[in-house]
Amino acid sequence: MIDKQFKLKIGLAEMLKGGVIMDVTSPDQAKIAEDAGAVAVMALERIPADIRADGGVARMSNPKMIKEIQEAVSIPVMAKCRIGHFAEAQVLESLGVDFIDESEVLTPADETNHIWKHDFKVPFVCGCRDLGEALRRISEGAAMIRTKGEAGSGNIVEAVRHMRTVQRAINRIKNLRMDELVHYAKSIGSSLELVRFIKENGKLPVPNFSAGGIATPADAALMMQLGAETNFVGSGIFKSSDPAERAKAIVLATTHFDDPEIVARASAGLKDAMPGLEMASIPEEEMLHKRGW
Amino acid sequence: MAKRVGILALQGDFTKHVQSVARLNHQPVLIRKPEELKQCDYLILPGGESTTFLHLIEQLDLRQPIIEFSREKPIMGTCAGLITLSKDVAGLPHPSLGLIDLHTVRNAYGRQIDSFVGDVRLSFDERRNIFEGIFIRAPRIKRIGQDVEQIGFHNDDVVLAHNQTILVASFHPELTDDTRIHRYFLDTMGK
Repeated sequence: MIDKQFKLKIGLAEMLKGGVIMDVTSPDQAKIAEDAGAVAVMALERIPADIRADGGVARMSNPKMIKEIQEAVSIPVMAKCRIGHFAEAQVLESLGVDFIDESEVLTPADETNHIWKHDFKVPFVCGCRDLGEALRRISEGAAMIRTKGEAGSGNIVEAVRHMRTVQRAINRIKNLRMDELVHYAKSIGSSLELVRFIKENGKLPVPNFSAGGIATPADAALMMQLGAETNFVGSGIFKSSDPAERAKAIVLATTHFDDPEIVARASAGLKDAMPGLEMASIPEEEMLHKRGW
Repeated sequence: MAKRVGILALQGDFTKHVQSVARLNHQPVLIRKPEELKQCDYLILPGGESTTFLHLIEQLDLRQPIIEFSREKPIMGTCAGLITLSKDVAGLPHPSLGLIDLHTVRNAYGRQIDSFVGDVRLSFDERRNIFEGIFIRAPRIKRIGQDVEQIGFHNDDVVLAHNQTILVASFHPELTDDTRIHRYFLDTMGK
């Protein structure tokens, strides 16, 4: 059923499981991430916390900077393009980026359409807040789904909400009768085919990762226990006072997410985490997770 | 009789190996701590990121236990597992485990856009059926030691090989439903 190209895309997502993908803005940061045990880095000009602080239009990173990061590390390098901006995605593919994140962290380029990702050889990851959104992105060709969370907030509450919402919907589908699936697919704006896949397999057809707000080893362990298969950590590492140690600790906590003693040991030596934002303090129009549909 | 097959679960596609082992009616056991190795007859190092594996192997004190395991019991490694088990590999944060005499080059075929599905010929399969080789940012075996037997080929590359106790693949049999390679490992290696 799955064509060869999609198999390769999902295959790379499988290889990243149980690991930590870290946002980096320079070759030096990329090295720190790799040396801490990151499974991949996300090359960005500004981490989400700074994008939030600076305002203005956030776009794809400069290709020169992405190339420097590719040269600095041997692990996969990801990069972000704007929602719907398929020309940015074409540029990233030509650079040999290993994964493209069509991301709400950047300013959307299209308010109606996401990228038709099947046209690309490079795999895509997309954010979601609920199962319908996840399945729409998978229909368009996403090979990995992540929660949106609220990037750059240092607050895990939205990632938890999104992960629980997706898992609850998956459990709901498992308990539906066949004759209820069509109406359910319609109600969440998904194809019947994908809802049926979930009914039969009990999980998404692509890996399901967590992103947006992870700042501590315990945050990482929480998301893994809620069903995340890997953690993206953005601002949480390089906005903290001890990036290298924190990165290592989050890697360890992601592997041993179900062993509180190891998570405790990993957390013990750390200094201050990033300060973080209360959701109520973020104006509605600045909520990144509300971008895309 | 069902064999207890440890699968190193620090990071990577270990759940895919769990499925392959379960399909053969053997018992998969996830390994994250040294003491968990003791209950196993076999060990598999999955695909994933070899740099991450080696960092975690060091931090969790798994290096010596895995080396000791290999003296008596068979270990299989796919992709990053092959890199971790090879003797001679450049660009790693810690020395590889060096349990099979191979010179292996990481990401030798290129980046993800160069990943491919290609035919693998298996020397041990009498039916001569092709195995679907899924190569993802794959390593390449450049030099092969005298005690290593070559049993799988993609074009002119050796992509599957073993010595007395270690079997390695540069591709991902665990990403297919085809269990011939896992079966070969569990049926012909070890006691």
